[in-house]
Amino acid sequence: MAEIQVISPGVLSLVQDGGRRGFQRFGVSVSGAIDHDSLLLGNRLLGNETDCAAVEVTFGGAEFAFGEDAFIAITGADLTATIDGTPAPLWESFLAPANSRLSFGAPVNGMRAYLCVAGGIASEPVLGSRSTHVASAIGGLDGGALKAEDALPFGPAPGDPSSLRVPADLAPQIESSVTVRVVPGPQEDAFTAAGVGTFYGSAYAISDRSDRQGVRLEGPEIEAVNEKYDIVSDAVVFGSIQVPGDRKPIILLADRQTTGGYPKIGTVASVDAPRLAQAQPGAEIRFERTEVGAAQEAARERRRVLAETPLEDASPSKSFSLNVHGQQHDVRLPEPVVAKPLQTLQVDIDGASELVAVEIVDE
Amino acid sequence: MGQDLSAPIVLPVGDAAVLVEFGDSIDPDVNDRVYAFAQSVTAAEIDGVEELVPTYRSLLVQYDVHQSTYEDVAARLGELTGVSAGPADTADRDNVHVHIPVAYGGEFGPDLEDVADHNGLATQEVIDIHSGTAYRVFMLGFAPGFPYLGGMDERIACPRLQTPRVRVPAGSVGIAESQTGVYPNDSPGGWRIIGRTPVKLFDPGAEPPAAILPGSRVIFEPVSETEYGSIADQVEAGEYTIKIVDGQG
Repeated sequence: MAEIQVISPGVLSLVQDGGRRGFQRFGVSVSGAIDHDSLLLGNRLLGNETDCAAVEVTFGGAEFAFGEDAFIAITGADLTATIDGTPAPLWESFLAPANSRLSFGAPVNGMRAYLCVAGGIASEPVLGSRSTHVASAIGGLDGGALKAEDALPFGPAPGDPSSLRVPADLAPQIESSVTVRVVPGPQEDAFTAAGVGTFYGSAYAISDRSDRQGVRLEGPEIEAVNEKYDIVSDAVVFGSIQVPGDRKPIILLADRQTTGGYPKIGTVASVDAPRLAQAQPGAEIRFERTEVGAAQEAARERRRVLAETPLEDASPSKSFSLNVHGQQHDVRLPEPVVAKPLQTLQVDIDGASELVAVEIVDE
Repeated sequence: MGQDLSAPIVLPVGDAAVLVEFGDSIDPDVNDRVYAFAQSVTAAEIDGVEELVPTYRSLLVQYDVHQSTYEDVAARLGELTGVSAGPADTADRDNVHVHIPVAYGGEFGPDLEDVADHNGLATQEVIDIHSGTAYRVFMLGFAPGFPYLGGMDERIACPRLQTPRVRVPAGSVGIAESQTGVYPNDSPGGWRIIGRTPVKLFDPGAEPPAAILPGSRVIFEPVSETEYGSIADQVEAGEYTIKIVDGQG
């Protein structure tokens, strides 16, 4: 099986897919990509299933080598990726040639980039998922974060991959100031009216003590009824907003434990969760109250747009104007155009795409 | 015991889950209702429902927002709460006693003496009390296969360490206040460690992956360090079967 070599994992590189579902009742964390939208779009660019496994690269510094040709796409944060020193496109599928190296530098914006490959990372699934949950040593390669000299197998490309691009207005926006919608509860009544007012009326800053388990926030303290900051443990979800005894909110993310003992003032609407995943330490967060119906509408609309908006053709091509028997034709051939005896190519002739046999005599 | 048997409360948890709350205390009757209800929800095969997470006192029902609405799922769950659920599958496990061998004290239980001192007991008395109770499993959580156990004797209760350990070895049996539990993985932790079991509580290749299931009872069985070693070898070789006694073990 083809492999991607890990030269350096950088700050943190992990195999992640759509998450490990169905085992929370056994205490198994869901984990999975934190920015689901970027994973979905990366896989769409390659014709993969939308929750196919990819490498989640956190904050840059990672380097990978391709032993043979691999069709890849990089989505999510801009971590100044280069292929053999040349800037690599973001939000676009392209061929990483055999023996090339992909390096991630410092982040321009965002936290996490997804290195997706046609065919998907094909490490051994555990309980139905390849996602890595480091704390419980499950998934990825041997349950851990990627390290130098790891070899990541990937599957055969689904169909014939072509270069596609995510339209600019479809790629998630990465901001330094984020407002997320919140569905109140399930324990909003554990907080005083003043506490709830503080929560929705204040700006919070993302603490650098945040990780894949949760985003910790710095800002005004939230008052609980009778100073009671614990409950009999119940289940938590992606986006649960807990307020523990230091009175500052923590928003739980992919690597959360399955249950928690702090009251939850609200839950981030799933449509806004990926934006949290890309907000850097120091970024400002505000909360806006919504209700479950509106949050569901927004989630459905966002999913529809992500799954159905046509991707743009990004394949490199060369145009020719041919005169055949006195008639002018516009012909576009996929690059590279090299002299070669008879070959079958997808050729654009007068605006219509056709599979034709072509003999290129001279470049 | 026995309070909190009022009508359950149905609440949204974000836009993709519903919480059905049966109470707000740690109570075997409330816990029984949670698991009985989980069974009826499973049997009802509600459109879009993907995963159930039962806890001490509530059931989280996660669903696919692209297949169902909150109104539909909540309404269906509301109907089901009125339906007599029959005995929970955990009730079937009431008499299932899972025997977990534990080597107490020494290098396996570095805090055993502190727990004894704190309570004015001899270490053997702590071992006798700790291994003399059948602990009810209320739920799994915190880590894969970690059982939340109820019913520990207050005579061996002890506060957590002031400074948590950076690494507690997998299998460590600990006490925190009036709770006892077993660390399934190597992890940081602040519980007072009184012993260790060589048994694996979680195995992703097993069906089900957790060795101890909610509703059953856990009995810690004192073993010597030599027996610990021999059981560890059997576990390593995949030849150890946890002793499970159905009936009065």
